[in-house]
Amino acid sequence: MTIKEKQDEIIGDFEFLGNWDDKYEYIIQLGKELAPMDPIYKIDENLIRGCQSRVWMHPEYKDGVITFTADSDAVITKGLVSLVISVLSGHTPKEIIDADLYFIDAIGLSSHLSPTRSNGLLSMVKQIKMYALAYQAKSLQS
Amino acid sequence: MDNPVMIKDSNVLDVEKVRKDFPILDTLVFGHPLVYLDNAATTQKPEAVLNAMNEYYHTINSNVHRGVHHLSQLATDAYELARKKIAEYIGAKHAHEIIYTRGTTESINMVAAVFAKRYLKAGDSVLVSGMEHHSNIVPWQLACEERGATVKVIPIDGNGELVLDGLDKLLSEGVKLVSVNYVSNALGTINPVRDIIQAAHRHGIPVLLDAAQAVQHMEVDVQELDVDFLAFSSHKIYGPTGFGVLYGKEKWLNELPPYQGGGEMIKTVSFEKTTYNDLPYKFEAGTPDIAGAIGLGAALDYVQALGLPAIRQVEHELMVYGLEALQEIEGLRMIGNSANRAGVLSFLVGDIHPFDMGEILDKQGIAVRTGHHCAQPIMDLYCIPGTVRASLAFYNTPAEIDRLTAGIRKAMKLLG
Repeated sequence: MTIKEKQDEIIGDFEFLGNWDDKYEYIIQLGKELAPMDPIYKIDENLIRGCQSRVWMHPEYKDGVITFTADSDAVITKGLVSLVISVLSGHTPKEIIDADLYFIDAIGLSSHLSPTRSNGLLSMVKQIKMYALAYQAKSLQS
Repeated sequence: MDNPVMIKDSNVLDVEKVRKDFPILDTLVFGHPLVYLDNAATTQKPEAVLNAMNEYYHTINSNVHRGVHHLSQLATDAYELARKKIAEYIGAKHAHEIIYTRGTTESINMVAAVFAKRYLKAGDSVLVSGMEHHSNIVPWQLACEERGATVKVIPIDGNGELVLDGLDKLLSEGVKLVSVNYVSNALGTINPVRDIIQAAHRHGIPVLLDAAQAVQHMEVDVQELDVDFLAFSSHKIYGPTGFGVLYGKEKWLNELPPYQGGGEMIKTVSFEKTTYNDLPYKFEAGTPDIAGAIGLGAALDYVQALGLPAIRQVEHELMVYGLEALQEIEGLRMIGNSANRAGVLSFLVGDIHPFDMGEILDKQGIAVRTGHHCAQPIMDLYCIPGTVRASLAFYNTPAEIDRLTAGIRKAMKLLG
């Protein structure tokens, strides 16, 4: 699926969830189902700065595609992290760099992307894009 | 519901009536009536304060001190009347010992900068405590770094109280100033500041009190305390943001060099030599926040009309009710267990991250604060990522505490 298709699918899923109770319950569940991160990557170097909760993220670049694993010590943040990774992981650097993440707004969680909300989501998206830029630059050099 | 606080008794605050002075308390948040429990971050403003500031701009707005026209005289009178009110509120001997600043943070930065200039040398130290707000740590670090001095720390224990056994020893090791908070914004602990001031004075060391979380909850008399400097913020005592106070004993303020240069703080200016104005203007450069001063004056009038004894009683009863209600929640632990406390209820529930708890409470219309509350050293000491902090004001009610505990229980179900 393309990044756009993944986002549209998430928006579709969330349409069935009317109130915030259900939305958060769903997000928390997604967090619980997030693939566990290899503990060797849960190091300070992989911490995303600018969060109230701790978020670790680790990229792997193979066959032209970046995959991310991540974890957080806050359950809601973990769920949001899981959503972002499900959309952006498994794509080429260019696809990630060009991606417009409209789904967060569309599912009514745009408050989580504003800079005043120090839950790390904005920082995480920035970090993912920076990795993509770095991998793109690297692959252009070789 | 039966509740002693609601009884219309002349000695007790009529909280229901008082809440009507704060229309914002009727706001709906995500469809729920707001439960505003973030008063340590900032307080809501009564109509009297908003009206006073509006009226200033509508009727007498003018630059103060330097004008010759009628409006400027009225503005100056109102501006200086506010200074008198502030001086009276904290028991200062002279109105000119009240310096207007942008808030507690600026007040402390001001003292740190000018005190360091005059008195701090390499090898000296400044003594703070382990429970300080960053605004009472970082300015001293900056000042000490410049001078080759160090910041020393009075330790705190697991209860969130200062460990004062070693205080005399700490004070005898080149300490030039002590700066501590009267009430902790993260833990609610009321510190034994009289003991600290007396101990410091025995060593000839001046003391600054960060009273940002004290002046709204209790009587603070700077002469009785014999404190050398005291700082607080208008917006934490029902006044406007962007305004605050530095109190300094006259003898100190006369000794210390100016902080910022510019208009107003001078007597004469020439390129050969500039002479400085008298107190308090020596420390008030530029056009001040005139409406801010008037707003704070109106806020203090409002507080004094309610009466601090009545406020203290209501807040104490609410604190007791809150502590009991919270401690009934299984798995909840209070962070900060001082017997002597004011305003703040900091807690964690099981393994739930404070951020998660705050999020779910927010969606139920309950405003608390989560995180380190600008007191990272405390959180590091207790090895916690932060706390959930509910902070009380006299307009909060037991019913709101009930909403809080119900909200916590709902969050526990969702996050468990």
